Amino acid sequence: MDQFTLNLLVVGATFALYIGIAIWARAGSTSEFYAAGRGVHPVLNGMATGADWMSAASFISMAGIIAFSGYDASTYLMGWTGGYVLLAMLVAPYLRKFGKFTVPEFIGDRFYSQAARNVAVICLIVASITYVIGQMTGVGVAFSRFLEVDNTTGLFIGAAIVFMYAVLGGMKGITYTQVAQYVVLIIAYTIPAIFISLQLTGNPVPALGLFSNDVNTGAPILATLNDTIEALGFKSYTGQHDSTLNMFLFTMTLMIGTAGLPHVIVRFFTVPTVADARSSAGWALVFISLLYLTAPAVGAMARLNLINTFYPNGVEQPAVELSQIETAPQNLWVRNWEKTGLLTFDDKNGDGRIEYNANNDTNELNVNRDIITLANPEIANLPGWVIALVAAGGLAAALSTAAGLLMAISSAVSHDLIKSQINPGISEKGELLAARISMAVAIAVATYLGLNPPGFAAQTVALAFGLAASSIFPALMMGIFSKKINNVGAVSGMLVGLVTTLVYIFLHKGWFFIASTASFSDADPMLLSIKSTSFGAVGALLNFITAYVVTGMTKEAPEDIQELVESIRIPKGSGAATDH
Amino acid sequence: MADKSSSNAYWKANIRTIQLFLVIWFVASFGFGILLRPMLAGISIGGTDLGFWFAQQGAALVFLVLIFAYAWRMNKLDREHGVEE
Repeated sequence: MDQFTLNLLVVGATFALYIGIAIWARAGSTSEFYAAGRGVHPVLNGMATGADWMSAASFISMAGIIAFSGYDASTYLMGWTGGYVLLAMLVAPYLRKFGKFTVPEFIGDRFYSQAARNVAVICLIVASITYVIGQMTGVGVAFSRFLEVDNTTGLFIGAAIVFMYAVLGGMKGITYTQVAQYVVLIIAYTIPAIFISLQLTGNPVPALGLFSNDVNTGAPILATLNDTIEALGFKSYTGQHDSTLNMFLFTMTLMIGTAGLPHVIVRFFTVPTVADARSSAGWALVFISLLYLTAPAVGAMARLNLINTFYPNGVEQPAVELSQIETAPQNLWVRNWEKTGLLTFDDKNGDGRIEYNANNDTNELNVNRDIITLANPEIANLPGWVIALVAAGGLAAALSTAAGLLMAISSAVSHDLIKSQINPGISEKGELLAARISMAVAIAVATYLGLNPPGFAAQTVALAFGLAASSIFPALMMGIFSKKINNVGAVSGMLVGLVTTLVYIFLHKGWFFIASTASFSDADPMLLSIKSTSFGAVGALLNFITAYVVTGMTKEAPEDIQELVESIRIPKGSGAATDH
Repeated sequence: MADKSSSNAYWKANIRTIQLFLVIWFVASFGFGILLRPMLAGISIGGTDLGFWFAQQGAALVFLVLIFAYAWRMNKLDREHGVEE
C-alpha cells in the first residue's frame, strides 16, 4: 500500500472515531452545551484540557522551533507549562465557584458593568482569532503534506474540515472527543520519538535520550549536536543567544497568557467541585508534560537527522549530491516536502551538491520550521504507518484546539453579546444560528490571514497569548484578589493592556497582520530588543497600573460586589451552575 | 456560610501558600532556567549544564509537583476552616 493511501486510511479512521463520539455525546441542554453539565471527572477533564491546550503550535510547530533555536526556545517549554501553576492557584478554583458559563460573564458581574463584559468579549475575540490563525497555519502544513497538495490548497481543505467539525456539537461532545484526540495525539507524538531516540542514543525514553550519549560518536548527543551545527556556522544549540530580558518577558507572557485564555479557563467550569478544579489543572499538566518532556528531544534529534541527510558522511565531508536527493529512496521525504513548497533547495553554485549552512550566500536549502515534527519520522526512515499516525496526531491537535477556540468565540458572541443585550428574547434556535455564523466568520478571517501568517504556527499562537496576558489575565486577577478595583478601573486597564499590546504587535507584524505595513523588525534595539511576542507581560503591567490608578481616583467597588468577591474565595456552596 | 473571621483566616492562609509556591515557581523557571543559569554552569549534565535541563525539563516537573501539593494543601485548609463543599 502506498503512503498516500495509508495516510488517508489512518486519518480517516481517527476522524470516524471523533465523529462517532460526538454523536454519542450530543448536547441536550444549554448547560451541557456550554459546560458539559459539570459532570466531567477531573482526570478525564485534564486529558481533554490537554488536547484542547496542545494545538498545532505544540504538536506541529514547537519541536521545529526548538530544533532551530535550541536553548532559546526553552521559553516555550517553560511558558506553556508554568501557566498551569497560575491557573490552579490564581484563577480556576474561584471562577468555578463563581459558577457561570463564560469568562466575560465573570468580568461583567464582578465589575458590575456591561461595558466591562463587552470589552472582555472584544479581548477574547481578538486573542482567540489570532490563535486560530496559528491553527490554520498548522492545519495547512499537515493537509498539504498528507494530501500531497500545495500549502494554500491544504489550508483551504483544512478550513472546510474545521468548520464542519466545530459546528457539530457543544462542550459535552467536544470534551469526550477531545479525550480521544488526546490519546491519538500523544501516541502519534511519542512513538516516532521513541524510535528515533533508540536509533540515536539506544535509550527508549526520549526525555532521557536527550541527555544520553550518541551511539555513533560516544559523546553526549547535545555535545555532538553543538559540534555539528557549529561546524556549519550555526550558533551553538545549548548556548543562550536571545537577550535575557526578552527571554524573561516572553516566558512570563506565555505563562500569564495561559491563565488568561478563555478557552482554557472554561475547561474548569466543567468539573463538579472547586477542589476538582484545582486537581484538574494538575492532571491537565500531567498529560501536557508527557508531550512537553518529549518535545526537546524531538527537536534536538530532528536537527541532527536533518543535517545527516545533507551530510551523510559527516559535516567535514562534501554535502549530499543533487542526484541522490532526486532519486535515492532515503531522500524521498525531501522530494515529498518539496511538493508542499515548505522545503526548497537550489544548487546555486552548480556543483551538483546541496549545501546546508548558516551563510545566506552559500546555503542551498530552506526548511520551514513547521514541517519538522511531521517530517521527523520520514527523515528517520520510520515505517509508513508511523508517518500516517503523525499526520493524524497533528490534525487531532489542530482540530481539538480550533474547536475549543471557536466554541469560546461563538459563546461570547451568542451568550455575552446577543442574548444578554442585543436580543434577550432570542430563541434557542436563533442563539445557535448566531453561534454558527460567528464561527464561520472567525474561520474565514483566520483562513484569509493564515494565507500569509505573521509567523510560524507557534509564534502566531504566542501573539495570542500576549493579547490574553495583557487584557484578560489582569482583570481576572484583580477581580479575585482585590475587593476594591471598580468598573472604570477594570475597563480602562483592559483597554490600555489590549491596545498597547495590539499596537506593539501591529508595528512589528504589520497592521492587521498585513506584513507590508510593519514599521519595526523583531528585536529592534530601539525597543530594548523586546520582540512582539514578548510584549504581553509589559501590557499586563500597564493594565494593572492603569486599573489601580483609575480606581484610586474614583469610588471603590460597592458593598454587594465586595461580598461577591468574598463568596468566590471560599469553596463552600458552589453547587451547580446558576442559569443566566 | 462560614462566619467572617473564619473565612478571613482561610483566605490569609491561602494567600501565604500561594506566595510560597509562587517563589518556588519563579526560582525553578525564571531562576534556574534563565537568570541563574550562568551560576549553575559548573554542574554538567549530558553534554550541557543544569540550567539547560531546568529550562527544558526540570521546570515542568517542579510545576507538576507544585500543583498537586497546592491541591492537597487547600483540601486540608478547606476542611480545617470548615469551608469545604
